[in-house]
Amino acid sequence: MSPGDSVAIEDAQITSGTPPPEGAAASIIEGRSPWRLAYERLRRDRASLIALGVVALIILVAIFAPVIAALTGHGVYEQFRSTGLTPDGLPVGPNGQFLLGTDDQGRDVLVRIAYGARISLIVGVVATLLEVVIGTVLGLAAGYFGKVVDTVIARIIDIVLSIPFLLFAISLVSISKPSLTIVIVVIGVFGWAAVARVVRGQVLSLREKEYIEAARALGAGPWRIMFIDILPNIVAPIIVYTTLLIPVTIVIEASLSFLGVGVPPPTADWGTMIAGAQQIYQQAWWYLLFPSAALLITTVAFNIFGDGLRDALDPRAEQLYK
Amino acid sequence: MTESGIPSASGAASDGDVLVRVEGLKKFFPVQSTSAFRRSHEQVHAVDGVDLEVFRGETLGVVGETGCGKSTLARCIARLLDLSEGQVDFDGRDITNLSARQMRPLRREMQIIFQDPYGSLNPRRRVGSIIGDPFALHGIADGADRKKRVQEVMELVGLKPEHFNRFPAEFSGGQRQRIGVARALALKPKLIICDEPVSALDVSIQAQIINLLADLQSEFNLTYIFIAHDLSVVRHVSDRVAVMYLGKIVELAPVEDVYQAPRHPYSNALLSAVPMPDPNQKVDSHQIILSGDVPSPISPPSGCRFHPRCPKAQPKCSVDDPALVPVLGDPPGHVTACHFPVETGEVMQSRPGVIAGEGAQAT
Amino acid sequence: MVRFLIRRVALGVFVMFVVTIVVFLIFFVGPGRADVARTLAGRQATPATVALVSHRLLLDRPLTVQYWHFLDGLLHGNLGYSYYHGQPVTTILKQAFPVTLSLALGAAAIWLVVGVLSGVLSAVRSRSIWDRIVTVLALFFYSMPSFVLGLLLLYIFYYQFALHGIHIFPGAGYTYLTADPLKWFEGLVLPWITLALVSAAAYTRLTRGSMLDVMNEDYVRTARSKGLSENRVIYRHALRSALTPVISQFGIDLGVLAGGAVITETVFGMPGLGFTAVHAIQSQDLPVIIGVVIVASAAVVVANILVDTFYAVLDPRVRLH
Repeated sequence: MSPGDSVAIEDAQITSGTPPPEGAAASIIEGRSPWRLAYERLRRDRASLIALGVVALIILVAIFAPVIAALTGHGVYEQFRSTGLTPDGLPVGPNGQFLLGTDDQGRDVLVRIAYGARISLIVGVVATLLEVVIGTVLGLAAGYFGKVVDTVIARIIDIVLSIPFLLFAISLVSISKPSLTIVIVVIGVFGWAAVARVVRGQVLSLREKEYIEAARALGAGPWRIMFIDILPNIVAPIIVYTTLLIPVTIVIEASLSFLGVGVPPPTADWGTMIAGAQQIYQQAWWYLLFPSAALLITTVAFNIFGDGLRDALDPRAEQLYK
Repeated sequence: MTESGIPSASGAASDGDVLVRVEGLKKFFPVQSTSAFRRSHEQVHAVDGVDLEVFRGETLGVVGETGCGKSTLARCIARLLDLSEGQVDFDGRDITNLSARQMRPLRREMQIIFQDPYGSLNPRRRVGSIIGDPFALHGIADGADRKKRVQEVMELVGLKPEHFNRFPAEFSGGQRQRIGVARALALKPKLIICDEPVSALDVSIQAQIINLLADLQSEFNLTYIFIAHDLSVVRHVSDRVAVMYLGKIVELAPVEDVYQAPRHPYSNALLSAVPMPDPNQKVDSHQIILSGDVPSPISPPSGCRFHPRCPKAQPKCSVDDPALVPVLGDPPGHVTACHFPVETGEVMQSRPGVIAGEGAQAT
Repeated sequence: MVRFLIRRVALGVFVMFVVTIVVFLIFFVGPGRADVARTLAGRQATPATVALVSHRLLLDRPLTVQYWHFLDGLLHGNLGYSYYHGQPVTTILKQAFPVTLSLALGAAAIWLVVGVLSGVLSAVRSRSIWDRIVTVLALFFYSMPSFVLGLLLLYIFYYQFALHGIHIFPGAGYTYLTADPLKWFEGLVLPWITLALVSAAAYTRLTRGSMLDVMNEDYVRTARSKGLSENRVIYRHALRSALTPVISQFGIDLGVLAGGAVITETVFGMPGLGFTAVHAIQSQDLPVIIGVVIVASAAVVVANILVDTFYAVLDPRVRLH
């Protein structure tokens, strides 16, 4: 097995949850999947549903950003030097024409927030998925193979977790041109370790299950065991983790852009907008407030929904993945 | 099953009848050091030199207390564990050093039924998919064909085929063990290793599963290695019984011989703990309760491993490790590893402090 | 314990070794052979400077030689030379380091104290109104990007205060502790809160969960049933165990602290390491970035060893792994 097994004393005790009474739910032929149970629980959680609604709204805003631009008649890069700037060259506040005011270039803040949602969501989702895929594969491999593989991967995880990520991101961007791709890759390359740590821990606890041994006894190979037998049992925590990782990633992207090493201007981006607002927030509170609010609402919504999802799939509520 | 016509006398059996041959099998586990200082040279002698033959179509019971190495032996035979020493032949082929990859095609021929019907079924997969695994893994049937064959197997083991899409959590312990049986049976393997298949179940359910196993054996001419920690279950299913103690076989004989004339003091002790199924048949009401704990398998006792707990132990027993041979004129099929085997009808002498309980009080 | 320390320090040295390799790959290999000298010399560098850089860093030699030269310099405290500033990098960083240290230490203290106390309060008064308020606030600040919080604080406590004639907190800059302790403190309050509060919220959640788990353990119930006072149960028995996961997480989060310091310094215009690095990007002053990355990584590694040592003292089981 592995060096992890100290002493393989046989006769495993019965560990799993309580058995249902004989003949329970005999009338239901179609299995009630654990997912369905989680869905039922989630449906009763009002805060999560509202948060989900907000997330959906943000996604819609991102998708229909061009529509918002068309409705206002303001292009995302369009500078309104006469109507959008005061004679002193300062932004104008919210008014009938610019609902959320303008920025320092005389561009419509509302339209740019809508377009900025695209960057936040794209990076938030794509970079998170990259992290989760890398982290899951490495975590599975470390946990399942054990021995040298585990030692090496666990060490790499420790190292990646302990280096100051933001500084390395700055380094990488400083020798290359900033771009959306670089941002996603940087986040993915440095962010997978936390996922791998969680997955590895889960796999370590599952690896000794008898059904994994049963799969080996049936002739299943390591890849099949990892992805068919183990993965479904840790999908729930991975989904929860992914949901909670998205707002973190969105904040990292905005931070990079805020520092000037993220998505380059003139692309509309919340972090870049806030960085621009930093220079003139004393004259144009709206330029600081609205992008900040958009960012905050997005992260809060994802976090509430993620918390709700975790409660719905909570291992302590029902031993789904124990 | 007990009446099956398989000749249990091993000496007479020709090689063609041997499905599994185990020679000198040893399995050690390194002890994980628990202090900061390295101590990993210590090893647990889980199985320490076992020779065994399993004949085609028979049921070989393996009994012993928890920790005696019977499950490890089974896992070594199934090559879920690598052997430390020795050799395992399966169906005339040496499988000792086959890699996990090389073993895979052979897994069609040997299956395992696990002890824990809760732990051995993946909670996230539907029953149909669990039982369909053997077909999928060995590329035997696909799609509708696979579903049909899975449902046939389900029916065979007494499950409702329409429960195909259910999850294990929706079944009771007994039903789950039927799922485990179905999965093992799906490809009609030559050998099924039953690792305490009923000890986690209610007594009322145990009989159902045992009867199922018996029916399936006669229908498909299966060979079973049946592991249990008490003799009462084994008596019903086995043709021959191997009694294990601390990694070694101490007695191996046709099942009725073990019951009628147990030779090893340890077998006697195990037997005396079994409630007699038939009160009229009872030989004596002695219950021998062994004192002391099972010694540590990290440093097993010298000589005969049972001697620190044995009521008949003599100085010789702590020096010489007895060979597994016929004793007291037993037929060649009944072998015992004891210097001072128990005579038929002998009431075991007690040593003060060694045997306690009813038996000791009666004498 | 000695063995633990030796192993822990060895791991730290190894991490630093990996850091130098990654930095080397990024800056000496990444730009491509022809461009390394030019990127390191800076944007306005003359061909003569580029040639000088190339010569000094042995850039015409094989990569392994270059790396050993680079590493040798680091080991002798030579972080390179900023051609943009016309100063050794060490000189620049020596001025910046105390700024970041003041910021990070104070923030870490607030972060832990606020996080742990609010978490304990929340757990002990579980399901009370306090618990609800703390939970909601924790979620709010946990979701808050630190630069948003920083700018928000600036807007209220610097700008709005100033409008009303109150001048406590400066809008930007840093006063050295040795120059004026009071000004030093006033200047750091908002940055400390900015850097601490976001992470503290995560620790509130962590402590609360950990505390609730521990309070259900048998030995805590036993302590209760023995009639020990509630405070004694909480602080003597439960908190000690509940703190171990918090401290182990803190060790991991030191890198986050360093990153947060970069953002906070940028928001508050504090001339610390992070601020220096961000400005070095704009002026393409790569040697300074290299220096900051190395120094910050080393600081994180050292701090991590200290935290882990403390952790091992608190929970002896850790030493075994």
